Amino acid sequence: MSTETGDIIDLLAGIEPGSSLSNIRDLRLQARENAQKSYVSLFAPVDFGDFPATERHAVAAFVAGVHNEPAVANFYLTKLAKATNLIEPLKAEIERARTEGPYGAFPAGPLSVEDKKGPIYLVSDSGRRALGTRLAAALEHAHLLVFRPRDAAPAAMQALLDAGWPTTSIVTLSQLVAFLSFQVRSVAGLRTLGASLGRTAAKAS
Amino acid sequence: MGDSVIVHADNREPVAFTQDELGWLPWINPLPEAELTDRHWAGLVDRSRAKSDYFRLLVRDPEVLEARTKTDKDIFYNTADGLPRAERELAAAATSRYNGCIYCASVHARFATVHSKRRDDVQRLLDEGIGADLGARWNAVVRASVALAATPIAFGQQHIDELRSVGLDDAEIVDVINSAAFFNWANRLMLSLGEPAARSGA
Repeated sequence: MSTETGDIIDLLAGIEPGSSLSNIRDLRLQARENAQKSYVSLFAPVDFGDFPATERHAVAAFVAGVHNEPAVANFYLTKLAKATNLIEPLKAEIERARTEGPYGAFPAGPLSVEDKKGPIYLVSDSGRRALGTRLAAALEHAHLLVFRPRDAAPAAMQALLDAGWPTTSIVTLSQLVAFLSFQVRSVAGLRTLGASLGRTAAKAS
Repeated sequence: MGDSVIVHADNREPVAFTQDELGWLPWINPLPEAELTDRHWAGLVDRSRAKSDYFRLLVRDPEVLEARTKTDKDIFYNTADGLPRAERELAAAATSRYNGCIYCASVHARFATVHSKRRDDVQRLLDEGIGADLGARWNAVVRASVALAATPIAFGQQHIDELRSVGLDDAEIVDVINSAAFFNWANRLMLSLGEPAARSGA
């Protein structure tokens, strides 16, 4: 069955149509509809360019997975039905890549006292063989964006170009990782709020 | 065209958070204005955005940019009901301060100041960081935004309780969640596709 027609944030946050939280979301209807359009534009675009659906879902599953948001990660992993060979290597990379952020360095100066060290993630050799050079480069870039975005530098763009990501696909990849960073937080925030409403307002089933 | 990295060797990146206007320099090539098609113009939403390198870079994927822009505008500019604009901007500025986006923080700190008239408090957030004491209500908005920005996400019932205790209703709490969540999107684009410059002209 397709879940594409329903609101994905509602689905993942467990928001029922007609519930008080759904009605509150409707106060920002354009934001709600365009969060959904962002999802559709990233995962069912008019033009996939040279960034196929499999890679899009794999990167999304990785981003949600390293956020430790299993419901969202599983949603994207189940989209890999035509590339099930990627699922186990992806899960293994998610386990290896998980850490706590944000960390990284500021431009040298007064903020340097706030520099925070943390791991620089590289895909394992076996993961690289299973996922391929291009997808491996995308996961390493996704990790940079999720955990240490202030470490981003032109060299990261060069690494993507070298791995076969042209400029336009780098833009879409960046949007996808950044959108997922928004989506998992929308889901987590609304899920938490929804749970608290459930406690304070007894609802007829 | 243009699959190469742009290095700005002569740029002096700002080294502190500021409310001043900054520029932004892309690391990969925006589309030239002359090459924009109708599909790109639709993606830009506002035609004036064609003057910005940032938007002419993002418009390489026009449908995603259009949806992102419309999400952004409604979260921040739709002030019918809900949280005052100043506090949505505060959530954006706090998120940007925590993630380390000097450019994003500059824009939204300025907006927070314009809408709250609390320039000194906004500056303390920039100077002292997310632990600055800005009064109970602003502290609650900052703490909730920061908890949502952490990875793994640290936002919990205690943040909702704190927001309620300073007077926010459920719709206003959703505005905090939307504003803070959205800036985890914006920060990562601004930080990873280019760099700020200590002059105007993004």
